[in-house]
This record gives sequence, C-alpha cells and structure tokens, in this order.
Amino acid sequence: MSKIWLIAQREYLTRVRKRSFIIMSLIGPLLTVALFAVPVLIAKMSDSGKVVAVADAGGIFADKLPEPKDDISFTRVSPDLTTAKAEFKKSKHDALLYIPKLDLSKPAGFQVFSRKGLGMSLERDINRAVNNAIESQRLQKAGIDRAVLDNMKVDVDLQTLSLSDDGERSSSTGISTVIAYVFGFLIYMFIFIYGVQIMRGVMEEKTNRIVEVVISSVKPFQLMMGKVLGIAGVGFTQLALWVVLSMGISSVMAGSISPDKIAEDRAARTTAVMRPTTSKDEAAKQENAVAKFTQALDSADLNVPLLVGCFLFYFLGGYLFYGALFGAIGSAVDSETDTQQFMMPVTMPLVLTFVVSQAILTTNPNGTVAFWMSIFPLTSPIAMMMRLPFGGVPMWQLGLSMVLLIAGFVGAIWIAGRIYRVGILMYGKKVTYGELSKWLFYKG
Amino acid sequence: MKPILQAIDVRKQYAAHTALDGVSLEVPEGTIFGLLGPNGAGKTSLIRIITQITGADAGEIRFRGEKLNPSHIGQIGYLPEERGLYKKMKVGEQLMYLAQLKGVNKSEAHQKIKGWLERFDIKSWADKNIEDLSKGMQQKVQFIATVVHDPTLVILDEPFSGFDPINANLLKDEILAMRERGTSIIFSTHRMESVEEMCDHIALINRSKKVLDGPVSQVRNAYRSQTYEVEGKGQLMVMHPDFEVVEHKERENGHFYDRIRIVHGTPNDLLRYLIGPANVEVHAFRERIPSINEIFIQRVRETQPDYVPDTDAVLA
Repeated sequence: MSKIWLIAQREYLTRVRKRSFIIMSLIGPLLTVALFAVPVLIAKMSDSGKVVAVADAGGIFADKLPEPKDDISFTRVSPDLTTAKAEFKKSKHDALLYIPKLDLSKPAGFQVFSRKGLGMSLERDINRAVNNAIESQRLQKAGIDRAVLDNMKVDVDLQTLSLSDDGERSSSTGISTVIAYVFGFLIYMFIFIYGVQIMRGVMEEKTNRIVEVVISSVKPFQLMMGKVLGIAGVGFTQLALWVVLSMGISSVMAGSISPDKIAEDRAARTTAVMRPTTSKDEAAKQENAVAKFTQALDSADLNVPLLVGCFLFYFLGGYLFYGALFGAIGSAVDSETDTQQFMMPVTMPLVLTFVVSQAILTTNPNGTVAFWMSIFPLTSPIAMMMRLPFGGVPMWQLGLSMVLLIAGFVGAIWIAGRIYRVGILMYGKKVTYGELSKWLFYKG
Repeated sequence: MKPILQAIDVRKQYAAHTALDGVSLEVPEGTIFGLLGPNGAGKTSLIRIITQITGADAGEIRFRGEKLNPSHIGQIGYLPEERGLYKKMKVGEQLMYLAQLKGVNKSEAHQKIKGWLERFDIKSWADKNIEDLSKGMQQKVQFIATVVHDPTLVILDEPFSGFDPINANLLKDEILAMRERGTSIIFSTHRMESVEEMCDHIALINRSKKVLDGPVSQVRNAYRSQTYEVEGKGQLMVMHPDFEVVEHKERENGHFYDRIRIVHGTPNDLLRYLIGPANVEVHAFRERIPSINEIFIQRVRETQPDYVPDTDAVLA
C-alpha cells in the first residue's frame, strides 16, 4: 500500500508541477467566466445607441416614429431624398431610411443608406419597423385597431411542477438542463483528459524502458493503481482550482458587468436620443430576467447535497473505470498510433452517451433508454449525472447504478491489471484482441 | 561457500515456447557469477523470475536459503538490459524515488544518494533533468539507481551494452569494488569473452537449458585438450605420430604459427621434438586453454551438431 502511495505521489507531483497544468488551471476558469461574461461584454460594447434617420416621403410614420428598441432610435429628417442625403452626410446618424411614396398593397422602393456596412441586427430592426408600420396602416384601413390585435396575442409562462410521492415540487426544466449539461460535460471532459494522461504515462514508462526497473521493486498492479490514483488526484485538484478560481473571478467581474450597471449606463447614454422612461423599462425588464433566473434556481428545489455527492461519486467512479482501461491500452501498445484500434471501443460508449444526451437524456430523462444508459457502468457516469438534476430518479435505480459502477471498475481494474502486467514487458509486437484475451489467463 | 541464490529445477513456459526448461544453479555468496548464453537462451527469463517480475511455472528460487518472497526485493538490485529513466525528473528526485520504492527510508536514501553522487563525481547533476544529460551521464545515474539501496545481490543484464569504453571501465572497477565489499553479482551476457576475466563462476544456458556450470578455472581446466601453440621460424615438415597439427599458418619470412595437440607424451616431449628432429627455431610455446566461448560452442555442438555460433557473439 505504501508503494502505491509513493507511486501516486510521484505521478501527482510531477504533473501538478508541470507548466501546462498551471496554465490549464488558470485558463480554465478564465474560459468559463469568459463564456458567460463575453456575451454581456459584447452587448455592453455594441451598445452604442445607433440612430436611424428617417426620410418619410411615403408618410407611413406620419403620426408616430417607431419605438426605440435594442439601442436603435429613429429620428425624422427631411422627406426629400436629396436633402436628406446631404444632411445625412453631415450628421452623425448611422443610417438613413428612405420611404418613397407608395401603394399600400404593393409596398416597394425602400432604401437604406449607411456609411459603413449596415450590420445584420440593424438591418433586421429597420426592416421590422417598416413592416410594423405598414401592417398598422393596413390594419387601420381594414378597420382593426392595433391595440385590439395586440390584446389578442398571448404569451404565457408555464410553471412546471414535478408530482411525486413526496408531493408537488416546483421544478425548472431549463435550470435542470443546464445543470445536467455542466455535470455531463465535466465528467466527459475529465475522463478523456485524464484517461488519456494515464495511457500516455504508461506508454512513456514503456518506451523509456523504465518500467522494468520499477516493477523489479513493485508489483505491476501497484504501479498501475498508483498511476491511476495519482492522476485522479491531479484531476480533482484541477477541478477544485477551477471551481474556486471561477467563483473568485466571477465575483470580481460581477461588480463591473452586472446587468443593473449596464442598464444604467445604457439609460444614461440613450436619454439624449429617446425618452428616458423606455430605458428604465428595459432595465427593469433585465432585472426581472435575472430575478427570474435566481428564482428558478431556488424554486427548482434541486437536492444540492445529493447532486454534489453523486457528481463526486460518478466523477471518480467513471474516471477509475475508464482510467484502468486506458492504462491497459497504454501497456499493450508501443506507440500512440497503435492506440487507435483499442481506443475506439473504449471511448465509443462515452462519446455515444454525450451525443445522445441531448436527444434522449434531457428531453426524456426518465425514459427507457435513459434508464438503461444510467445503469450500464460504461455509460452511467454521464447518463446518471444528466438524469439526476431533473429529479424523479428512484433510489433503487441510483443504488443499482452505483453498485454496478463499483463492480464495473473493480472488474475493469482486474482486467487492466492482467493486460498491463504482460503488456508492459512486451516490446515491438503488434497486439491483437485475441492476444489480449490470452493475457488475461497468463499465470503470475 | 554458502550460496546466496539457488534455482531449483525452474521452468517457465510462454504461449509458444519454453523459456526455461528445468534450470538449476547456485550463485555462491560474494562472487561474480556469469550467466552466459546466446540471445534468446532464457537468461532474461530467469532474471525476471529472480527479480520477481514474473513467476516460475514450476521449481523454486531460494534467496539465502529462504523461498524467494517480496521481502527480498530490497536486497536485490537490477540493471535491466532495456534501460531508462524518467526523462523529465531530476537526477536526485529520481534516485530518491527508486530508492524509496526499494523500501529505503527517506533520510537514509538521502545519505546514500549523496555518497554515490560523490563517488561518481557527479554531485552537481542532482538538480538536472535526466533529459538534459548525455547518454554516458545517464548510464552512470542508471547504475547508481541499481545499487543505491545497497543490495546484497546485484543483477546486471548485458551491463556493458550501450556504455562507452570509459564508462565501461568505470563500471568494471565498480563491479570489482562491490565484490570486495562482499556483494554478490550476477552478470548476464551473450558476449562471453567480455566477462570471463571478471567472473568467478559461470553457468552456460542454451535453448532454455543449463549446459554447463562451475568455477571458471575449473570449467576451463576441464576442457583443456593438451593443445599447445607454437610460433617459430623454419619448415615444420613431417610430424611425429604422437603429435597432431590442429592448425597451421605460414607467415612472412619463413615464420609459422601452429596449434599442436599432444596425442601421446608430455609438452616437453613435443618441445624436444620441435627443436630436435623437426629442426625449427621456436620463438613461443604455450598451452592453449580454451576460452569460454570455445567451450560453449564445443559443448553445444555435442548436443546440436548443426549449431552455428551467434554472429553477434563472434563479432563482439
């Protein structure tokens, strides 16, 4: 046991001290934070309050210019195109919309001038404004009041509740999906990154020929377990660093890019062009969205301790299972290129689970396929973690899945150990599956 | 002398072939023991059983009279034929790690590593990565890794392969010094001539069987064949029936080299005949004692008439 510990220690320390580990530990959280922060920042930056000058010869905006929306505001200029163009050149307006005199049944001949390219979103917004205006006019002509029509449109929010023996629980599918993906992705990624590290480590020892020196001191099984556990430690360290650093960075960033602040900025900048009330509305709307999210998180009533506990279990269990198999692959081959044929069947279930997760797991988390995938040990680490956030997984299923995963990785480690002890001393030989299966039954 | 290691009827079977077929031998304590034989004879298989990397299918290994078990690992040092170290590890850390794996505690290992680095005059390398060292330097580190835990039995598999001549000499001196300190050494090689001068005992292995073993001098004496080398000048014309010319070479200026076997009589009879009736001028006269390599070839041919010596062994 102390030798496994020694080996694990070496594996751990040499990896944690590597520059690539330190860089990954720093970049990971930055990327995570960036993933959430960048859209906000982009919104903040592009938020320059575009102004569209409207030369309304057709008079479709006669009574009212379109409401400012998404930081685009409209301002009226001379309806005469030539004057408008001349003015546009002198002005700081971003675009000039020309509406010709037109036939309401066949509206055509709209023109938009801009200094640089217009940009997709601006073009879309202008288009929508014009469409709306013409629609209104047509409605009016037909004798329908816009307000009446708007009243008839509906937009309801569904409150999703899960009904189980414990009674009604408010659940939020959206939040559950996000959490399911985060869990699934983390496990998937860590199994891959660290599983491959085990494989590489074994191959390195084999190609460096150090392995014979080491196994004259320790049992091959101890060497393999030490490696698997040491690298698991690296994985946990990385995960912990990511969580801590992500939290740290995001709490620092939160101050500067909170939605409230953005809304304020925006309001300040846009008051010059448009009525202040609208911007306040907008800010309120955004605040509302944030509140909704936190509320959903609260109301989703996720069993956080259970989720975190299960996550750690499946994270470790899945890693040990696959790690042992990756180690066995590393021992059986001489070079990275030879690993392909053995990697395929091992990684297939993993990739498959992740691929079908969207189609099956998150849309029907308690269906038959989801059930079997969350029981079968090769797929259960990801599948079960993607089912759990949705709730409603019976305890017996969770228990069975865990027991099978434990049995699975004990079995995998046994098989890997048998292959490993023969493989590491086998040089310059292309190994087939038939041969591998024979190794399982070699004596001492 | 008490044996430090005994192999008793050891057998090892791999899927397709038999690696060891009932090999028994004894390694006397405090000697250099040569485990000789061509490539693929089964030497490495035997060593891997002694180092407990693999197990024997049948038979037994005894270490100081005890059945070999994991508690002996710390008393054995092994330099495999295939060598290597962790490239990205520092010399000092690497030696520390390998010593600890052998069961030496940290502070003791620290002292020993320091001692060895000083002895090899490479103290300044302790903080260097292995990959930054030259091949010769790596070999020194590898050797230290083999003996850092003060093993009582050191097993060296093809120790000189890959060592440059300077390091090979250093290694030779170190091996002899270890014997002086009472360490037993098993020396495995297919280059028989390279070790016979160092070995006290040898065992020859061929085709997974032990062919011959014993103290070197005894083995060589047993294969003496009353053959003498003669160098001289003149024409060695007719030979007396008591003597048989095994080999005859003409050299320039009427010089010759002959190998003559005495069928009947003594070396003095031959010498008397040469300077008397044969009337040649004798410059050199000495007994031809067969080399281990020759003995090996002769011994193998007895059981295997079509045997062609390993070209590698001959060239080396």
